Amino acid sequence: MASSLTVEVRGLTKEFGDRAVLRELDLDIAPGEFVALLGRSGSGKSTLLKVLAGLDTAVTGEFTVDGQVSVAFQQPRLLPWRRVWRNVVLGLHPVVGRDVALKALDEVRLADHADAWPRTLSGGEAQRVSLARALVREPELLLLDEPFGALDALTRMAMHRLVETLWQQHKPAVLLVTHDVDEALLLADRVLVLDEGRIASEYILGHPRPRELSDHIDVRAQVLRDLGVNERATA
Amino acid sequence: MSISTLGAPARAESAPESLSVKKSRRRLPDLRRWISPLAIVALWQIACETGVLPPDKLSSPWTVLQAGIELAGTGELGDAFVVSTTRVGIGFGIGALIGIVLGIVAGLSRWGNYLVDPPVQMLRTLPFLGLIPLFILWFGIGEEPKIALVALGVAFPLYLNVHSGIRNVDDHLVEATTALGFTRTERLVHVVLPAALPNTLVGLRQSLGVAWLSLIVGEQVNASSGLGYLINNAREFLRTDVIVVGLVVYAALGLVTDAIVRLVERRALRWRAA
Ligand SMILES: Nc1ncnc2c1ncn2[C@@H]1O[C@H](COP(=O)(O)OP(=O)(O)O)[C@@H](O)[C@H]1O
Ligand SMILES: [Mg+2]
Repeated sequence: MASSLTVEVRGLTKEFGDRAVLRELDLDIAPGEFVALLGRSGSGKSTLLKVLAGLDTAVTGEFTVDGQVSVAFQQPRLLPWRRVWRNVVLGLHPVVGRDVALKALDEVRLADHADAWPRTLSGGEAQRVSLARALVREPELLLLDEPFGALDALTRMAMHRLVETLWQQHKPAVLLVTHDVDEALLLADRVLVLDEGRIASEYILGHPRPRELSDHIDVRAQVLRDLGVNERATA
Repeated sequence: MSISTLGAPARAESAPESLSVKKSRRRLPDLRRWISPLAIVALWQIACETGVLPPDKLSSPWTVLQAGIELAGTGELGDAFVVSTTRVGIGFGIGALIGIVLGIVAGLSRWGNYLVDPPVQMLRTLPFLGLIPLFILWFGIGEEPKIALVALGVAFPLYLNVHSGIRNVDDHLVEATTALGFTRTERLVHVVLPAALPNTLVGLRQSLGVAWLSLIVGEQVNASSGLGYLINNAREFLRTDVIVVGLVVYAALGLVTDAIVRLVERRALRWRAA
């Protein structure tokens, strides 16, 4: 597989007991591409992301990930006993100093919280630290598992803009797991729907950025149908 | 609408004020809490002077104070103090080392847990102070049985707390740091051990309490020096004042070590302070 792809997955199967959560899944992600992965709760989105992050190796099939991988989760998962700036740079090899942490924190506009303890941060701030921690590793692939799911609506909108800006500056390939269709349509180059353990459908979004919620209204209806939501009934 | 927008800054301004009030109030010790202890000491003194409490049962606070000053002056109290704290120090060091190392081994490795935990859990159900007769047979009546008793008492609470602290580390943090490329050592240093620290400090406080208790019991049984010897010797001569001096020193030592641990706690656990 001589490829210029950042992620290349072929026939990936993951079973818990005798239940297959991922079945013969194929997935390509190009360098710098922003991909959103939608799917019902329990459809295996987090499972796929953990496999790509190297956290779950008990799988069959083939996959390659080219380059550095970083992850941010729904909960920020900061170390409560390390100050914010240390949380950003701990575990980096080679070891780097505070200046690198400050630069990364500056990008998420939190440089003035560098010496704070994580517990003093709001949910949105902690999630921005988590983003800074992921980005300071200069990943070729950034995995985001519902990173805005626990935030209030206003904070979430601000985070969308921030992630878009950071992505445009650093240009990692992004795999954003979300259950929020609008979020996917705002941010992604390509939207995938995971169902029955495979990529059931795929939509390429061409609208220039920054986007409005109404920009992909046609795709939205289609995706919601894929997810088994009757739009009339829920609206 | 306008009311709430006006209201918000006003509240923000008053907030620091009320905070500082609370702080300064907390810094002043509440004198009302001293009333009853002082009254008890006064009653004790009166009971002794009126002969209700004869000196061969309990000496008056004033006599105790004088006895303390006299014992300190002759150097007897200082010598006993040094002997007893040395016993606790050595016993605590040995017991803490054993408890912490075993706790880490059992907490970190699956086989360590299988091999170490069952015997420790069985042994800890033994009333360890009841082992004194065996210890005397094994170690004689010198320093060793006393130190061994302290070490044994110290090891269990530390083991239990270190072990459970490590076992209860948040899996999500371990997973996140693994995904971020932490090495095993980095995970140990930055995730597992700090996560176990609050429990470890709880274990430290418990084990210090047990250490003093073990010492007191050990010194009662057999000692030719130390605070226990001072107390036992005083009993022979019906010197209740000296006995009370010894008890007060024991209590003070326990309080001081507890205060030290609490100080360490406050510094080491700043990250979770309210
Ligand atoms: N460690 C595990 N053991 C057993 N089943 C699991 C485990 N992790 C996830 N699952 C199951 O796999 C399915 C997919 O989970 P997940 O990937 O977390 O879904 P989601 O799409 O909501 O992120 C769920 O049915 C879940 O119960
Ligand atoms: Mg999930």
